[in-house]
Amino acid sequence: MKKSYTILLLTMLMGINSFVVKAETSNEASNKGVSNVNSFNRLLKKESKTNPPPMEDGIHDADNPGTALLQAPATAFETLDKSKHGNHINWVSSLDAAKIAPRWDRSDPTIQPIVFDLNIIREVKGSMPNVIYPHKAHTEWLDCSNCHPDIFIPQKGANQISMASIMLGEKCGVCHGTVAFPVTTSTCSLCHTQSKGNVQLPRSQASNSQ
Amino acid sequence: MNRLSIRNIKLVSLMTVALLIGIFSTSGSAEYGDVVINNYSDAEGMRPVIFPHWFHRIRYRCKTCHADLGFKLKSGGNDITMAKIIDGQYCGGCHNGEIAWAVENCDICHSGIPGTPTQVHGDTSKPAINKKR
Ligand code: HEC
Ligand code: HEC
Ligand code: HEC
Repeated sequence: MKKSYTILLLTMLMGINSFVVKAETSNEASNKGVSNVNSFNRLLKKESKTNPPPMEDGIHDADNPGTALLQAPATAFETLDKSKHGNHINWVSSLDAAKIAPRWDRSDPTIQPIVFDLNIIREVKGSMPNVIYPHKAHTEWLDCSNCHPDIFIPQKGANQISMASIMLGEKCGVCHGTVAFPVTTSTCSLCHTQSKGNVQLPRSQASNSQ
Repeated sequence: MNRLSIRNIKLVSLMTVALLIGIFSTSGSAEYGDVVINNYSDAEGMRPVIFPHWFHRIRYRCKTCHADLGFKLKSGGNDITMAKIIDGQYCGGCHNGEIAWAVENCDICHSGIPGTPTQVHGDTSKPAINKKR
């Protein structure tokens, strides 16, 4: 029972995903006879231009003299590793490849972080691959006190994490969805990385009778 | 209510969240992670402040701000005032004329369209349900 719900959810997620992709391409065709009120995608917003310059991003005031002084994200991102989510930058690989050199200490550029290399494996119910949480990528950026103990209790088995709470901005969702790569239908596999091998998916009555 | 229907409700609400995220997550156009801070600015006749995460994380790890300078992980949750900034707290830990340009450049920070509410941009959870904060 539980498994079939998981599959239903997955199918829905994938359905939305392909819907978005399809809509982006099919929207190009113009149907001259069709009135605007019946436009093909009424509520689905097409992905707006990524990395817009401050003048055009909808939150900066173009009449403010200081706005013209601000750097455009696309200029800064030119040499960095790309991704398809969030800032459309892979911050972790850009850091690892030394394409950026963010300071660990406010004023002393020579101080380096103490990186903690421990993977936490979280077994996930259903057919979804398990989650491997890498301390390494996180401690390159953050201090232990950013997460422990307020967001995650530093004790095995003490933390209940669900997709619903993440999507509501709790647990991993404090940063993933605001600053770090977001939780979308296309980022599942960035966290769900450990395959369970051959999972036996539940079959419908129809396929059982074959 | 039996266990199954409780689970049904949970699943249906999770699906609704997923569906809404699917529909709305692409609608924001501001750069991901830009924070508008507007607890006081509008009321004081200043444009709201826009803090760009992407610009700062090229230069600093999260730890410098969120551990050393004590910025809480919550947009609008730090009760920042100009008095504190001039005193060297929050933005003033760097924007002091030594590490980065000083506070006299009002309109580089106060650059938002008047009336823009405090929020973080690209927040996938926002459109679906108001975050419990
Ligand atoms: C380094 C960025 C930065 C600079 C530069 C800056 N501010 Fe602010 N200012 C802030 C932040 C952040 C807040 C809090 C915003 C809020 O909650 O509305 C703030 C709040 C304010 C407020 C309302 C709260 C209070 O303390 O009264 C006023 C008025 C204000 N600034 C005026 C100025 C003026 C005038 C200048 C130039 C002399 C200036 N600011 C320069 C970041 C800055
Ligand atoms: C230069 C300072 C600075 C750096 C570096 C920085 N932040 Fe922030 N962060 C802020 C400020 C300022 C806010 C908004 C606080 C406020 O509105 O009072 C914020 C807010 C946040 C929030 C809250 C968003 C929400 O849901 O409201 C998160 C999460 C966050 N930062 C994560 C990060 C992560 C992850 C990194 C590193 C990749 C990072 N920050 C780097 C200054 C910084
Ligand atoms: C950890 C140090 C640090 C803190 C804290 C910090 N900044 Fe900055 N900020 C910098 C540096 C360094 C620059 C680049 C200065 C330069 O270009 O000379 C900068 C640049 C900026 C810029 C200009 C970006 C551009 O396009 O050139 C803005 C806007 C800004 N900061 C806003 C803020 C606000 C608002 C806060 C507080 C909420 C804040 N900063 C806190 C270090 C910091």
